[in-house]
Amino acid sequence: MRDLLAALTELRERLQEIPQADERRLPDLKTEILGRKAGALTKILAALPRLEPAAKKRIGAAANALKHDFEAAFATRERELKRAAAAAADVDLTMPGRARWSGGLHLVTQVVDEICEIFHELGFTRAVGPLIETERYNFYALNFPKDHPALDAQDSFYLGGDLLLRTHTSPVQIRTLERYPPPIRVVIPGQVYRRDPFDASHSPVFEQIEGLAVDAGISFIDFKATLAAFARKFFSADTRVRFRPSFFPFTEPSAEMDAQCQICKGAGCPTCKQTGWMEILGSGMVHPAVLENCGVDSERYTGFAWGMGPERIAMTRHGIPDIRLLFESDVRFLEQFAGGGGGATR
Amino acid sequence: VIVSRRWLEALLGRTLDPRETAEQLTMHVAAVDAVVPLHQDLGDIVIARVLEVKRHPNADRLTLCLVDAGGAGGAAGPVEVVCGAPNVQAGKLYPYAPVGALLPGGMRLERKQIRGVVSNGMLCSAKELGLGADHSGILELDTAAAPGTRFVDAVPVADHQIVIDVPASRPDLLCHKGVARELAAVLGGVVKLPETPGGQAARRSGGLIDRPPVRPTAGEGTVDGVQVRLEDPEGCPRYMAAVIRGVRVGPSPAWLADRLSAIGQRPINNVVDATNYILFELNQPLHAFDLAQLRGPAVVIRRAQPQEKIVTLDGVERTLTPDMTAICDAARPTIIAGVMGSAQSEVTASTTDLVLECAYFQPTRIRRTRRALELSSESSYRFERGLDLLGMPDALRRAIELIVAVAGGELRAPPLDLWPQPVQEKTIFLRPERVSHLLGVATERAELERLLTSVGFFVAPKDGRLAVQVPGWRPDVTREVDLIEEIARLKGYDAFPDELRPYRPGTVPDAPVEQAKARVRQQLVRAGLYEARTIPLGPPDGPDAVAIRNPMSAEEAHLRRRLIPGLVRRVEHNWANRNRDIRLFEVGTVFRTTQQAPEEWDSVAGVLTGARHPPHWSGGAKVPDMDIWDLKHHFELAVRVAAPSCTVQPATGGWEAVQPGGAVVGWSGPLEADAPVWAAPLFGFEVRLLVAAPEVARYRPLPTQPPLERDVALLLPAGVSAAAVSALLARTAGPLLARLDVFDEYRGSGVPVGHRSVAWHCTFRDPSRTLREREVDELLARALQALEDELGVRRREG
Repeated sequence: MRDLLAALTELRERLQEIPQADERRLPDLKTEILGRKAGALTKILAALPRLEPAAKKRIGAAANALKHDFEAAFATRERELKRAAAAAADVDLTMPGRARWSGGLHLVTQVVDEICEIFHELGFTRAVGPLIETERYNFYALNFPKDHPALDAQDSFYLGGDLLLRTHTSPVQIRTLERYPPPIRVVIPGQVYRRDPFDASHSPVFEQIEGLAVDAGISFIDFKATLAAFARKFFSADTRVRFRPSFFPFTEPSAEMDAQCQICKGAGCPTCKQTGWMEILGSGMVHPAVLENCGVDSERYTGFAWGMGPERIAMTRHGIPDIRLLFESDVRFLEQFAGGGGGATR
Repeated sequence: VIVSRRWLEALLGRTLDPRETAEQLTMHVAAVDAVVPLHQDLGDIVIARVLEVKRHPNADRLTLCLVDAGGAGGAAGPVEVVCGAPNVQAGKLYPYAPVGALLPGGMRLERKQIRGVVSNGMLCSAKELGLGADHSGILELDTAAAPGTRFVDAVPVADHQIVIDVPASRPDLLCHKGVARELAAVLGGVVKLPETPGGQAARRSGGLIDRPPVRPTAGEGTVDGVQVRLEDPEGCPRYMAAVIRGVRVGPSPAWLADRLSAIGQRPINNVVDATNYILFELNQPLHAFDLAQLRGPAVVIRRAQPQEKIVTLDGVERTLTPDMTAICDAARPTIIAGVMGSAQSEVTASTTDLVLECAYFQPTRIRRTRRALELSSESSYRFERGLDLLGMPDALRRAIELIVAVAGGELRAPPLDLWPQPVQEKTIFLRPERVSHLLGVATERAELERLLTSVGFFVAPKDGRLAVQVPGWRPDVTREVDLIEEIARLKGYDAFPDELRPYRPGTVPDAPVEQAKARVRQQLVRAGLYEARTIPLGPPDGPDAVAIRNPMSAEEAHLRRRLIPGLVRRVEHNWANRNRDIRLFEVGTVFRTTQQAPEEWDSVAGVLTGARHPPHWSGGAKVPDMDIWDLKHHFELAVRVAAPSCTVQPATGGWEAVQPGGAVVGWSGPLEADAPVWAAPLFGFEVRLLVAAPEVARYRPLPTQPPLERDVALLLPAGVSAAAVSALLARTAGPLLARLDVFDEYRGSGVPVGHRSVAWHCTFRDPSRTLREREVDELLARALQALEDELGVRRREG
């Protein structure tokens, strides 16, 4: 029995060897001590049943504790060696990861969503209308006089009769006012068509976002406040805006809203033609004739409306020189604006 | 419109800073597009006096001039200049460019030897200074300025063009007086027409009295032997005419030519220039025509007769219609009213007596004529927008005075004024409380009066309201709200606060179609596709394509019926740029002609070609290309989200999306395209967007019982589809068969001819208990027996 105890003590000494063992020595050492047949500790454990109960209890406890310590030490060392082996195995962790195809929304969709989302926070829901319109909805209900030069800026594609492709999203103002009672707060994204040749700055088809708010008591202050709030959310909180006179048959007073040029911050640069300002949208208080044309009491109700071009806003913000790039659908272009990005390991 | 800073200054009697002017116009009136400095490049040129002219020792055509340039160029006294101009004379003043001066065009003048003699600078011709085409001699100056004075300070050529983007509603801004009126209102000042040089003398010699008696007359009258008859008062509500006899047509005086040059107009002759001057000063188009060419002599204003012809000033023969107004002599049309005259009636060098027309033509009539003839002019542009019907007499008087001053002649009879139905200024009532209501800010009544009066409205209080008389030059102001706009812009839009206030939520729900489109886009992006936006115009892609009546080109004369053709063109564009892996989708509107009206609806389409996934170094360079099974997955995905009520069914060359009633609303399959040899196969799908509220997902309890799994390989004879086998398996095995997945297909050795082997992985589960092996085997055996009986499908052995 003393022999066994001495053997255990001796064996415990050998724990010291484990942290020094290399990957060749370690399995041998493990076999020498814990080997199923000839392991030194295995033999001691095998001898236990032959001992008298008191010794069995004492030595058994010591042997089992030692076995636990050996197992833990071997496991630790094995992990260490495995980690070292991996490091030594020359796995180059800068090699690229395995990718999947990613897709992306078109830049114009992203800008439309961004703009509509900001107006959504200001209480505007999304409305839509048809692309094929009648002259009444596209022009006359919007207070365009017949045979007036104001029509020149709206050169239209005709489909026969008085049907045409809408030249702006404004007819949806009429459709909304005819269908829903005030209060009205809508944004109207959609495609519009003009007989413009396709060049770097014009497209016969482009996107517009219209907006309309009509209720009792809406004034010029609410109009300015809402659109200025939009500009500050879309650009940055310190963006300055200015409103200046303009003309649209369906608004009175009419205004153009400029935002401080985002490129030069107002100092003047080629993008803003040295003015320090960028045209953002055309707008104004809803003309009473428009409300009257839709059967809305223009004495009781007032409102404001605006329209803007997400393509142009996208082009200015992202430095895109030619509107045709937005329609060419070159996958290299689409990838540039797919969002996400980054993540490459160095 | 282009206005000249100096011209505005003459009307306002004050100087203007061009930048400040542009800023004020933009913020209160109309946007200024550009401010263009004129002749700023003449800053180095000075006035010089030639003291002495000698012959050049080595050249017959050159002279050697002793020039006093007042010390310009750093010379202590007079300098020697070689000159080649034949008109150089001692004692006279000329523009002089000293050595080192920057000349127009950017060249710097150097001291150089000309035929052996050093020339210290250059005496300049008009052409060398960019002031005209004259290069026959140096520019002789008539000025009191001392030698050494800067040329631009002594001679009135330095100016700024201010380019204003005038809206269609503001014809009054198309002339200098109108712009000056606005500037006077925002900057302070009074507009006064300047005395024309020679105007006073003209009034004495030309037989003019200060207020000639132009009295409204009905349709007909005679002026100085010329009969004038107004037969079309609808097309021409007011027509004034004067006869001036004894003019001498020739070049305009410099001041007049300079005024026109400064706004980019080419001077023509004194009479035409005088009428153009009035056009740009007062916005009244005038027409002077040669009395000698006038048969009758008579002027008849009437509708043109059908097929009546006229050769306009630009040499083109035009055919008129009765919708147009013509100015005729006793025999035929001489002018298309308000648009353009004929070459024959124009004032020429030999003209001595002329008829001067000052008219108001009905705007829509002019617009239709201009569009029908595709012919526009400075006059038609203005008539179309509406002129000052009440300001005509003043414009005509000033025009006569100007013509007599610059071309001589006299007025023997008062001008004639044919105005069958005279009108007066409109009066509009303005409620001050309405101004506050709309603008949100109260404005003092006195302030309202002051603002409106500042731009020419006449305001009188009446019963708590303001009676506002609208001047003739503001045809755009027709109701109260127009006056409120005037108040807002004159105060300045920036003067109003912009604080957000509470609002009531609107009654309009979010459009379901927009939400549906967003869901489709999100799903297809997640599947690895890029969104494209294509032009919906193109060649007809089917017999029921909607045609555009007035297309810009034959290639873009139709609206798309489907999205796929446009996407295929985009794929070809990508191939042309050597992009091989292309996955695009579009959500857009398509159009079809129907019996009644053209229809439109939203469609979803995608195109796929190239590698199935990005290459990775671990898998080698070659990645398999997408095939019809990639297509099928994407099509099913698109149908699930865009047309959830539909099922995907096999069809010729691909698959279709079929509605419960049997209507086909979508298709997918391989596509033909103009592909380079290295391109991968191209596939496409398209499905109509059927807007439906998305189903709310319901929770199903997660299985807690372990499954039992069986793999079965089955031999399918020709004509038996996997779908039929799956359906029968599911039916016969019943609800315990929880899942059925095809995992292999095999043809070849070991499989009987005319058969194929398809393998299914079957998952059995009972949600409430653990299944026993035996009951599953029995279930499967029953199902296999049914397959054999009904479809001739047997289990593949071994």
